Amino acid sequence: MKIPLSWLRDYIDITLPPAQLIERLTLAGLEVASTRVLGLPIPEGVRVKAEERGPVWDRDKIFVAQILSTEKHPNADKLKLPTVTWGEGTQKLLVTGAPNINVGDKGQKVVLALSGSVLFDGHAAERKLSELKPTTIRGLPSDAMVCSLLELGVSENKEDHTGIILLEDDAPVGMPLADFMGDTVIEVDVLPNTARCLAMIGVAREVAAITGQKLKPLAAGMQTTDEAIAGQVNVQIEDPTLSARYAAALIKNIKLGPAPGWMQRRLLYAGMRPISNIVDITNFVMLEWGQPLHAFDYDILVQRAGGKTPTIIVRPARDGEILVTLDKQERKLSPEHLVIADTKGPIALAGVMGGLETEVTEKTKNILLESASFNFVSIRRTFRHFDLPSEASARFSRGIHPETVKPAVERAADLMRQYAGGSVCKGLVDCYPAPRPPQVVDFKIAEMDRLLGFKIEPAEAIRILQALEYDVAPPPANAGGSPYKVTVPTHRLDVQEGTADLVEDIVRIYGYDRVPTTLLSEPLPKQQANEPIVFEEKVRDILVDCGLQEVVCYALTMPEKETLLLKPQGEYANPGDVPYVTLKNPISSERVVMRQSVLASVLEIAESNLRNTDDVRLFEIGFAYVPLAGRASDGPQLPDEPRRLAIVMTGNRGQEFWEGGGAKEKQLLDFFELKGVIEALTQDLHLKDTTYQPSKAAHLHPGKSATLRAGDRRIGDFGVLHPKVAQAYNLGERTILVAEFDVEALQAATPVRFSYTPVPRFPAALRDIAVVVDEAIPAEQIESEIRIAGGELLGDVKLFDLYRGNQIPAGTKSLAYALSYQAGDRTLADKEIDKAHRKIEDRLKNVLKAVIRGKE
Amino acid sequence: MFGDKKNAMSDLASLEQRATAELSACTDEAALRAWNTKYFGNSGEVLAALKAIGGIPKEERKVYGQEANRIKEVLSKGYEEALAGAKERALNASLTANPLDVTLPGRPVARGRLHVATQIMRQIYAVFADMGFQVYRSREVESDEMNFELLNMPPHHPARDMWDTFHTTMPGVILRTHTSPGQIHVMREFFPNPIRVILPGMCYRYEAITTRSEIQFQQVEGLVIGTHVTMTDLKGTISAFARRLFGQERQVRFRSSYFPFTEPSIEVDIDWPKDDPNADRLTKGTGWLEIMGAGMVHPVVMRNGGYDPAQFSGFAFGMGPQRITMLKHAIDDIRQFWGNDLRFLRQF
Repeated sequence: MKIPLSWLRDYIDITLPPAQLIERLTLAGLEVASTRVLGLPIPEGVRVKAEERGPVWDRDKIFVAQILSTEKHPNADKLKLPTVTWGEGTQKLLVTGAPNINVGDKGQKVVLALSGSVLFDGHAAERKLSELKPTTIRGLPSDAMVCSLLELGVSENKEDHTGIILLEDDAPVGMPLADFMGDTVIEVDVLPNTARCLAMIGVAREVAAITGQKLKPLAAGMQTTDEAIAGQVNVQIEDPTLSARYAAALIKNIKLGPAPGWMQRRLLYAGMRPISNIVDITNFVMLEWGQPLHAFDYDILVQRAGGKTPTIIVRPARDGEILVTLDKQERKLSPEHLVIADTKGPIALAGVMGGLETEVTEKTKNILLESASFNFVSIRRTFRHFDLPSEASARFSRGIHPETVKPAVERAADLMRQYAGGSVCKGLVDCYPAPRPPQVVDFKIAEMDRLLGFKIEPAEAIRILQALEYDVAPPPANAGGSPYKVTVPTHRLDVQEGTADLVEDIVRIYGYDRVPTTLLSEPLPKQQANEPIVFEEKVRDILVDCGLQEVVCYALTMPEKETLLLKPQGEYANPGDVPYVTLKNPISSERVVMRQSVLASVLEIAESNLRNTDDVRLFEIGFAYVPLAGRASDGPQLPDEPRRLAIVMTGNRGQEFWEGGGAKEKQLLDFFELKGVIEALTQDLHLKDTTYQPSKAAHLHPGKSATLRAGDRRIGDFGVLHPKVAQAYNLGERTILVAEFDVEALQAATPVRFSYTPVPRFPAALRDIAVVVDEAIPAEQIESEIRIAGGELLGDVKLFDLYRGNQIPAGTKSLAYALSYQAGDRTLADKEIDKAHRKIEDRLKNVLKAVIRGKE
Repeated sequence: MFGDKKNAMSDLASLEQRATAELSACTDEAALRAWNTKYFGNSGEVLAALKAIGGIPKEERKVYGQEANRIKEVLSKGYEEALAGAKERALNASLTANPLDVTLPGRPVARGRLHVATQIMRQIYAVFADMGFQVYRSREVESDEMNFELLNMPPHHPARDMWDTFHTTMPGVILRTHTSPGQIHVMREFFPNPIRVILPGMCYRYEAITTRSEIQFQQVEGLVIGTHVTMTDLKGTISAFARRLFGQERQVRFRSSYFPFTEPSIEVDIDWPKDDPNADRLTKGTGWLEIMGAGMVHPVVMRNGGYDPAQFSGFAFGMGPQRITMLKHAIDDIRQFWGNDLRFLRQF
């Protein structure tokens, strides 16, 4: 809502400097988003965006002037030579090409800028200030000009440079323009609960409460002729819940023309384009009172009624009814939409747009002026349906108090009398079937104190309420503790609960800067950790320690990006078969469903980063969104949101360094690099009974992938991404290492506590053992047999060599382990160690048919 | 040589002379070690001279022995000194020879990092944990009822315009537009106990993705419910938070505002440090910067959560960690967060 301060001054004297007014309004809940200053120097402390700064109208150089005569330019047909005066004894011959000045013109009031004025260049492509300098136009000297809105910085619209401004006839010749039409315009963000401030009077009421001043008396009533409206129009409201009130005034014999200059300027400053006196008056009153109005051509209504008294009917549209609206569009209606109709059919889309047939035109003589109150939900639905947002629908859809209907229509009718030559018929047809009762709420001082935590004196609180036009009745003197009865003013629809709402009004006017600060005195609630978050953070820390970078991805994706990773067993053959949480109103075709694979997200991020680097090591812990079948008994069935961990690694093992020249051979990350990370994770989480088995996941390399289990819990699959899948993700020929784990399973498998292993105080003895076994025997099994045989004395078992080749039989492999023997209470004797070591050798020979190297 | 009894003493003298001369000719540690082996090794000359005492006539043995031992002491001491000197010289030489070019780049370390969003979340958790706030998380795919209706926004309420919503194909199921539905969840779970929680998580808005707006972003909401929770507590709690996160000298300003689920509702501004070169741009010249919305829990919401507003009161607040990060580091493009460009992430 744009508020020219000159307009606001019609309703209240503003004593605060603009900067202070802006700050006070902002703190009280009417945030001033921007300020424009027209023709005046920027007031101290006021911020104007660079792109909105305009010229300052120099009081000594820019004036209201009058054309005395207009001659033809001797050398150019399009140019004219007006002579103007800007006060007694002043006269100047100008050269202008303005199309709205014609040879022979005289008497018009114009804006004159003398040489040295700084204005926007009306002909430049961009907004550029330039100084007016004496020049010669087609052989005639020119050192002054008549100005357009664009040059003055009032309008940014190029159309407003097609002609100069013609001021109203009573504009005072010789007055500096800055005094005549300079202004400061503030733009206020209006929140849903301050919809009443989509009106100058509403804002004036706020200023009154903030500054403690009184509103000036508002223009009220209308001067009418003796001809009564009664009998000339009927109004019916079919459903008072859809329209609480509908009032009409009848104005006869209007003359369509331009609105007065001051009114046009106010509309322009407030952001609306002047059109004609009738339209401008309805807009003016809408901005003044917040009540949109609509003007019908009365004679067309009579015509439609077959010459009889027209009847206005407010009703839901009938299914299939058609209305051609002002914008010449044919609108197909349904009972969802509220219409204004007559006996013949719809004539307007209530609160949203008028109909073409009944609109006011140059031929219009008599006007039926509508002022009504509509159900805001209905208006909201209708303007959304037809995508017709407007100043009117913006106001109706937030709710307007029905009490505003009458003063607004009377004000507009009276302005039509004054500025469109109309005669206003006596009275209104005011259909108000169920008047809204006054809203009375309880106000409890003790509750205010309880909510605030500090004391605002009751007298001060009540003073503020009264300044906001609440009517406050004190509680009976002898009834201790009973509430005040507070009547809500008839321009407010936002009061819902009583004391809480009143406290808001009181404290915002009292001033939040005066609210003291305290720390919570409430006893501390029972303290409990959020285990899932604690666990995730631990996993994050471990993976970061392993050198991985965390990413956080979009949860919205498209099914095609996940197909290759989901349900690899082929349960779903097509992307469309996977049930998804699917958006009804996606913003782009790439963000249509809620993801079910976190790995797909991370692969996408890997791909984008691999355009800049060869090395990525990424992980994400995030949600997947898995729809559940069926419907919950107590509402819609919401999806499961399990957490997943995804890892993607590719690139070089080491990092490039200058030492040793550039000839070093690069080592690429492989399966065991990823497994190292996973082992770090399982060890730091103290997972028990972890096993690794070849994975059957279709998206992984069949020979280079594994399934991790902890006990019988399946944690997930990891390994080298199947080359075909890697290609599908545009990852090229690289070896891509991936993992996707079920974080819920991982957390469930993580023991709540673990006991430490005492640090040995006695030295360990190291013995190596190399075994040749059949290729098919997995390393995990060998180690497990070593441990079984080694018993308590065996400490670390470390594989240090794996050999396949000529020196051992084909189909076998040799694994060499460093075993450490240790006891907690003594240094082991060689004999003990020999015995334990032999036991291991024997078990490997017997169970695995292993050959112990060096002891064949 | 030492078998010759007559010349035994003069042999000793010449041994000392020779050994001393050779010792002083040794310039480095290696030469000294060789000298040591020659004279003090297992078959070294000094040892041989000492062993030779057996062949010396009884009456001369004492003198010979004394002289041989003296020579041994002198040479051995001379050797130790020379060795220490040589080591010192070698060390001094090594300390000054071939100094490194210390401006060469260091060996790169393979680093892992938390996403900047996780880092700011942890900071926020920590500050609130110190004030006794626990973390409560609730779902992202929500019912319209939880996201709007129970938060005092019936269908078609004008306040719903404040949140552009992603609807799903399931009727009544949406992507949550804010973390506020968590308020209802936590109240229903905790009733009738007092509540002091923060509610973090991802939220979604139907908006064009631009440098200033995203379809997904995190929020951290706070909720306190009890029998003595007041507006002054709200101001105190938020001031304490703002000072922990933005600096002890920060001023906090409350502005009246509107949210359907709080009454009164406020916006919280802080004064932005004037020494930040971006201060003027960020604050649009006002010096103040909005960091969160807040208010006293609306009686309707309180009742929907199961608490009687006549007996309980509460406050709630909500902030955007991405916005806070952008302010702190002058980030001008919100798309960086989920774009996950390593060149961006590595800076935090």
